[in-house]
Amino acid sequence: MDKKVKLMQGNEACVEGAIAAGMRFFAGYPITPSTEIAEISAQKLPRVGGKFIQMEDEIASMAAIIGASLTGLKSMTATSGPGFSLKQENIGYASIAEVPCVIVNVQRGGPSTGLPTSPAQGDVMQARWGTHGDHPIIALTPSSVRETFDLTIRSFNLSEKYRVPVILLLDEVIAHMREKIEIPNEDDIEIINREKPENDIGEYRPYETKGERLVPPMASYGEGYRFHVTGLIHDETGFPSNSPIVAEKLIKRLIDKIEVNKEDIISFEEYNLDDAEIAIVAFGSTARSAKSAIDMARDMGIKAGLFRPITIWPIADEEIDELSKKVKTIIVVEMNLGQYVYEVERIAGKNCNVIGFGRANGELITPDEILDKIKEV
Amino acid sequence: MSKKVEFRLSGAGGQGLILAGIILAEAALRDNKNAVQTQSYGPEARGGASKSEVIISDDDINYPKVRESDVLLALTQAACDKYMQNLKENGILIVDENVEVKDRDNIKIYRYPILRTASEIIGNKMVSNIVALGVIQGVTNIVSTDSLREAILERVPRGTEELNKKAFEEGFKLANN
Repeated sequence: MDKKVKLMQGNEACVEGAIAAGMRFFAGYPITPSTEIAEISAQKLPRVGGKFIQMEDEIASMAAIIGASLTGLKSMTATSGPGFSLKQENIGYASIAEVPCVIVNVQRGGPSTGLPTSPAQGDVMQARWGTHGDHPIIALTPSSVRETFDLTIRSFNLSEKYRVPVILLLDEVIAHMREKIEIPNEDDIEIINREKPENDIGEYRPYETKGERLVPPMASYGEGYRFHVTGLIHDETGFPSNSPIVAEKLIKRLIDKIEVNKEDIISFEEYNLDDAEIAIVAFGSTARSAKSAIDMARDMGIKAGLFRPITIWPIADEEIDELSKKVKTIIVVEMNLGQYVYEVERIAGKNCNVIGFGRANGELITPDEILDKIKEV
Repeated sequence: MSKKVEFRLSGAGGQGLILAGIILAEAALRDNKNAVQTQSYGPEARGGASKSEVIISDDDINYPKVRESDVLLALTQAACDKYMQNLKENGILIVDENVEVKDRDNIKIYRYPILRTASEIIGNKMVSNIVALGVIQGVTNIVSTDSLREAILERVPRGTEELNKKAFEEGFKLANN
């Protein structure tokens, strides 16, 4: 067996990807089903000169990775359900202060402590709107162990490139399953690092942007640059302002830096969609069930296909709009009682029939159940 | 359709069934096949029900869980009672000698002293899972025996290699006698 081919768990692939991407700081408070991410980070980070710290709770963990990132370290935390709720306030801080960081949320049954060892996809909307106020966010969701490795790297790259918190939404199935993974060579992995300022130390304005580039270059604490970081609305100097003009300019830029770069940020997979009359929209582990269901449907002569959002936020609105003009029905399958389906309906509802198929009992939706739904349509 | 075999390894928490599933899946990768291993367990650290599932296939594996298994290993009565109904027609049921198998048509039943072999012949009940792997291999020949031996040695704690090697061979012998 080639040394690079391994049987690996999703959570382990997440840590491998993070370290390959350059993660050198992890702070967290272990919680099932994300615990292995903290455990393995604790084992591996010291070996690459990184730091692991177990904090007193989730919000402190989030604060710690923001602090570490401001000193120039690529930083990550990992949690699940209740812990993700606790992190929200500081996720907002990272959004407005534009601090690159990666938050892994391994979704389990909720609300509250819910079903600790069972899968769910009930945090889709929380990933988008969990913290208050208008804010930019990117969320990615993998369907396999290998993709968990790749998307963890991509989470770091996007967070560095756009100075935005990136949420990696796993679910318990992907996090805990073990499957074959071939780890790519270091040389084949693209790594993006935050842009550094070129100004002299005295002239650095931490939130100044130039031209069409809506992302300000970022100095690290400890390099000699002196700058102020705040969760308040601030101007280009980083100091607070009450001015509606400053507020509008800042919030608009924060939203626009994601909006105008959607093409770079959004990724998706299409499976058997060319002649499809029925499209399934599914992500994470549910997309695996959907693929099996589509194969079964095709064997029966039903023209079904899959649109799998890999970037779930921002949503692939143009692609879903195109899709809705080609198919008769879109079925959104998710392990919740209806979240992403409403976004899809908003985009596709005027062109085709959109229906939701969801469940929130701690069990992965099976291919047979999806096939039954396809046959119903 | 290409070959796809689904295993369910069940028993009590602490019997090492999750590790057994991992080893079986790793042996399949050594044979250049695809394999997916999943597990389910309660919030308890040990004592509760435990289940490890492995799918081995020549093709890609989409849905990662086992619905109806081709092979069921049950080391406890509770596990056997719970999962026997989800064994396929002509499926293989491997149970410990202490497990009473209720009537069911069209399955093949193999009953061996798995737990006793571990505790009395090897002298350590911790290796019940590896004895069970020997039995599974002896009955199903699902992977190459060398791959399975290598996978076991790679995964077991250092210093226990000889113990585990012996456990595997004893289990393999049970099924081949």
